[in-house]
Amino acid sequence: MSYSKPQFKEKYSNFINGKFVPPVGGDYFDNTSPVDGSIIAKYPRSQKEDVENAVDAANAAKEAWGNTSATERATLLNKVADIIEANLEEFALVETCDNGKPIRETLNADIPLSVDHWRYFAACIRAEEGSATELDQNTLSMNIKEPLGVVGQIIPWNFPLLMLSWKLPPALATGNCVVLKPAEQTPSTATLLMEKIADVFPPGVINIVHGFGPEAGKPLASSSKVDKVAFTGETTTGQLIMQYASKNLNPVTMELGGKSPNIFFNSVMDEDDAFLDKAIEGAVLFAFNQGEVCTCPSRILVQEDIYDKFMERVIARTEAIVQTSPYDSSCMVGAQASNDQYEKIQSYFKIGKEEGAKVLTGGSANKLDGDLANGYYIKPTLLEGHNKMRVFQEEIFGPVACVTKFKDEAEALEIANDTLYGLGAGVWTRDAHQLYQIPRAIKAGRVWVNCYHAYPAHAPFGGYKKSGFGRENHLMMMSHYRQTKNMLISYDKNKLGFF
Amino acid sequence: MTRVDITERAAKVVKQLKAKHGDLIFHQSGGCCDGSAPMIFEKDDMYLDESDILLGEVEGVNFYMNQDQFEYWKHTHLTVDVTEGRGASFSLEIPLGLRFLIHSRLLTEAESSFFNSK
Repeated sequence: MSYSKPQFKEKYSNFINGKFVPPVGGDYFDNTSPVDGSIIAKYPRSQKEDVENAVDAANAAKEAWGNTSATERATLLNKVADIIEANLEEFALVETCDNGKPIRETLNADIPLSVDHWRYFAACIRAEEGSATELDQNTLSMNIKEPLGVVGQIIPWNFPLLMLSWKLPPALATGNCVVLKPAEQTPSTATLLMEKIADVFPPGVINIVHGFGPEAGKPLASSSKVDKVAFTGETTTGQLIMQYASKNLNPVTMELGGKSPNIFFNSVMDEDDAFLDKAIEGAVLFAFNQGEVCTCPSRILVQEDIYDKFMERVIARTEAIVQTSPYDSSCMVGAQASNDQYEKIQSYFKIGKEEGAKVLTGGSANKLDGDLANGYYIKPTLLEGHNKMRVFQEEIFGPVACVTKFKDEAEALEIANDTLYGLGAGVWTRDAHQLYQIPRAIKAGRVWVNCYHAYPAHAPFGGYKKSGFGRENHLMMMSHYRQTKNMLISYDKNKLGFF
Repeated sequence: MTRVDITERAAKVVKQLKAKHGDLIFHQSGGCCDGSAPMIFEKDDMYLDESDILLGEVEGVNFYMNQDQFEYWKHTHLTVDVTEGRGASFSLEIPLGLRFLIHSRLLTEAESSFFNSK
């Protein structure tokens, strides 16, 4: 089945204080589709003043919103979930157009998962309770959770609606008002969502400001009227945001990417069965979402005694990937999200080859025909080399995996942990001991065991090392958006006797 | 000998940014999304210390990289280039519809012994 490019208005606005408002300065930027390079629409090129208006609106709304009941907030979160679900195909098409990812992914992963995150946090806030402890016969310690107030959120372009749906629900469920800046590459589904849910929340509870990082992102991250900043992106911006937060003594949470190892022990090839087939797919998942995933399994580590046989099948499976129009439901790998990503990936092919990496398959751009000739397509690529090569150490953010072999468990762990990052990892084995011991020894926040690339709500997700901190997709994220008010109550009628 | 150079078209953009923002620095980012790209900021915007390695100067702008990252990069020579694009970082060229990017090559033997023999 094939879909076509959805219809857009000529231009869109920010969503501030419950209304769509044009940018104060009147400037807009052209948003293009990576599918074919065509223009989607104009979006506001917001400046500091627009951000300030949004932050002021959020501050004006925070007291009333923070005092709503958990029941009320959960009901509204569920309403959002229902609205996204009822318009699933429309959201999926817009997302594919804006980001370049295949329609089968937006229909089956991005949008349904987004729906579930809204529902999950609606459920969490209803089920959760505070705590009370009787410290002694006359003293009660009571913990009441309170919202922080106003939260700034800056999200990336690789899963636009899904990243929004990881960030907004826990902040809203806990009674915060939010100013969110979508990535300038992918402003469309955030805008579509606001069109659909404009009347769901009181004005000022959700505010969306579009624009460029230095002009709109920085004023949001450094605003003294914001109580917390949550960011997903890369390390340099992460450091800057922490710096700005330090001036305001504000908490932050960060998710900054990785270079995730995907480890295949020799027992995966003990049988030629469904599990081996799953493991091979597990290796090829590096191409999922064009490799534009913070946890892309971009380092494939294979035990040496199965290396040739295993890789033969991984290469064959990689070469069977269909790369065509992302609107076509047969498309498995779509377009890279932007020209600069496209160029960057190709620059990595060059240095990879110079460093001696061997191209097992792919290794170049993929020029597609017709309208797609102006899109940003890269052939799914496997590079063979060693872990000190730059292609093994840097996040390429393309459909590119680097492959190397290891002798034993110790060497597998040494290679796996020889990275600046620690976001995700995969371990594949039929050995019951390895199933537990290897994941425990990997320094990463999420280790998939005999699976990969699953992101269900209810399983905490976040990084070790330079991959950041904070745990999303789980009720523990709610504590990152809260204060704890401790009330220490004495039921003793008698004085201390000091004075 | 240099560890880092700049293309003519990138130098032009740096000049333009200097005229608008004053003194600048480059910092090489790592990690996801817009990472693995050089970013340019006003000189005092980013807190730098001994954990940031100064690789050299391009178009009068110091080029820094975090020490940990440098350990994996030090055998390569970098050239700052620019291309059309969008980035979600705070790098100052983004409003121009441009992105700096890095082209890399291996250091020659002479360069390698000059820079990395200590």
